[in-house]
Amino acid sequence: MNWLVNNWPTVWQALWSHLLLAVPAIALSFVLSVPLGWVAYRYRWSRFVLVTGSSLIYALPSLPLLVVLPAILGTSVRSSLNVVVALTAYGIALMVRSTADALAAINTDTVTSATALGYSPIKKLFAVELPLAGPGLLAGIRVVAVSTVALVTVSAVLGIPSLGTLFTDGFQRGIIAEIITGIVGTALLAVLVDRVLVAIGWLLLPWARGRS
Amino acid sequence: MNYFVEAFAWIADPAHRTGPDGIWTRLGQHLAYTLIATGAAALIGIPLGYWIGHTGRGKGLIVGATGAARALPTLGVLTLIALFTGVGVGAPLAALSVLALPSVLAGAYAGLEAIPAPTIDAARAQGMSEWQLLSRVEIPLGLPHLIGGLRSATLQVVATATLVAYVGGGGLGRFLFLGLKTQDYPQMLAASFLAVALAIAGEICFAVLARIAGRRHHALSNR
Amino acid sequence: MAADISAAKAQHAPHAPSVRFEHLTKTYPGGSRRPATIAVEDVTLSIPAGSLTVLVGSSGSGKTTLLRTVNRMVTPTSGRVLIDDNDIAGLDAVKLRRTIGYVMQESGLLPHRKAIDNIATVPRLNGVKKAPAHERAYELMDLVGLDHQLAARYPAELSGGQQQRVGVARALAASPRLLLMDEPFGAVDPIVRADLQREVRRLQYQLGITILFVTHDIAEALTLGDKIVVLAQKGRIAQEGTGAELLTHPADDFVANFLGLDAGRGLHLMNSDGVQLVMDADERPIGRLSGPGR
Repeated sequence: MNWLVNNWPTVWQALWSHLLLAVPAIALSFVLSVPLGWVAYRYRWSRFVLVTGSSLIYALPSLPLLVVLPAILGTSVRSSLNVVVALTAYGIALMVRSTADALAAINTDTVTSATALGYSPIKKLFAVELPLAGPGLLAGIRVVAVSTVALVTVSAVLGIPSLGTLFTDGFQRGIIAEIITGIVGTALLAVLVDRVLVAIGWLLLPWARGRS
Repeated sequence: MNYFVEAFAWIADPAHRTGPDGIWTRLGQHLAYTLIATGAAALIGIPLGYWIGHTGRGKGLIVGATGAARALPTLGVLTLIALFTGVGVGAPLAALSVLALPSVLAGAYAGLEAIPAPTIDAARAQGMSEWQLLSRVEIPLGLPHLIGGLRSATLQVVATATLVAYVGGGGLGRFLFLGLKTQDYPQMLAASFLAVALAIAGEICFAVLARIAGRRHHALSNR
Repeated sequence: MAADISAAKAQHAPHAPSVRFEHLTKTYPGGSRRPATIAVEDVTLSIPAGSLTVLVGSSGSGKTTLLRTVNRMVTPTSGRVLIDDNDIAGLDAVKLRRTIGYVMQESGLLPHRKAIDNIATVPRLNGVKKAPAHERAYELMDLVGLDHQLAARYPAELSGGQQQRVGVARALAASPRLLLMDEPFGAVDPIVRADLQREVRRLQYQLGITILFVTHDIAEALTLGDKIVVLAQKGRIAQEGTGAELLTHPADDFVANFLGLDAGRGLHLMNSDGVQLVMDADERPIGRLSGPGR
């Protein structure tokens, strides 16, 4: 506790850097995964490619990926862009599947009746299918958000600032309190981001309230 | 593209292959970490997961463990344990096992949980003992989920084992951190390629295993 | 659009249409794993304008397939469907569907829309503003006997019977002259079902529309149908006629069996104060024949 009180500005700074890496990655994962997941759901041929591709990307170890990306993107090893790109890739890998599953789980009777009512295919997608996939999409992005917040810390060993810096700094200087602060801070941040997503879901999906 | 050529040249250089600090040694260390840590996690996680899945007691533990595992920063766990136990192989092994445990636990549990209740009731009605129920119905039917759990545990360990060198534990990450210190980007890249190749090889092994188990599962459920 | 609404207020929509299937065949192409299947084969059938016609058959009879060719949810492999002598193949499928009401078994409601918005769906699709569409929806709630307090509830917060009433109201919202009903009451309990069946009869009489109703339940068919079409496999028409005709002159063993006229149930007719009742072997009335004098 003493360490935290004395080093509050450092922790605060690390927290903000952490959020600036995690939040864009989470948002990008969502925006890019929904169309990809829809393609996987809609066209059978694409599912194998997208699902296999996703699981391969997810299998990539994070630190090596952070080292390889600069050679591809032309960035420096310490650039935060690498982190955002890598985390977005992991996020998409998880989220494409969640999206396809969420769309596939919609009650077919509901979709049939929407067709019978005279929804055009495009209108049906935006007014019926995507909203009904909402709870599944929310569950998917919550998993992505929590693991993204935790993954950010790895980039600290390359010198990119985040709450992970508390681990590297604490390890080198032998300060256990600093490492514990980093672990607790990361976990709390993950919970916070998760709660925010739940709140957004509560506002956007009033019909699904109280179901789970 | 130039960096890629240099990285492959680094790997191809026979001088980097053998010896106490060669690729083979580091690869061996990396594999040993992976096998021992996953094995330890399996030794604890599978019986515990089966017990929870069979009895239905302690489900909260599964939810808590998988949730915490997702939110837990691996680097933090690794550095923390290393500070307590000092440099060596003990700390990394302990940390890696801890990180692998939730996936195995969840896989073993989910396999049993996913079996439809009527199947279990029918098995009991036919006069199976609890032990027969577990060994002849639950474990075979739950196998695909268990393999899925072992798969994510192994992936997690292979990936995290590259960080082990940060606390002086060796493995393929050793080349990466060496390159970082000496500003030798091709060496870092070479180490990364090796780690990625290892991870993908592991993923392929598990994909094959899952396919075999899946086919067995299919045959079982069609009976 | 305003004209649509006021026209809808006139309870009797003008000229209910007839429907005619001509040599209709629907086959589903086989895949690598399963062989091609014939859903219905060479069906020719007329649904009289303003009637409540029931297609009754067990699974595999192709009754749902036939129904769905009418709003082009299923495209026939050959043959045609005529509504008032117009071949519907030439019409825009989406627009056609908005002019034909459709009610199906539970969960056809959109779970993310409140009851009132579910009912207002088709007017809203047709570009009617929210306020008049809701006004119309409230009228429909009255028509089908739903309390206005239920308007703000989501489908999951309604009972099975209430959900079906919302489904019927939704199907009627754009004042269709033709209503398709696909086993609409299959999932509600028997007491509520009887209630809903009465409502359907009343609505058909009150609105003067054509209803094509699909069911596997012969008692439901006898209760509801002006005309009953008994389907054997693949849409083969075993017999068509009024309930009384079917009961007194079954065309063959299949129909007799289906009606339960064989030894098993011993169904027969009884005349009671000018109302024809269907009785079972134990002289218990199981239904009332619809028809003149209702």
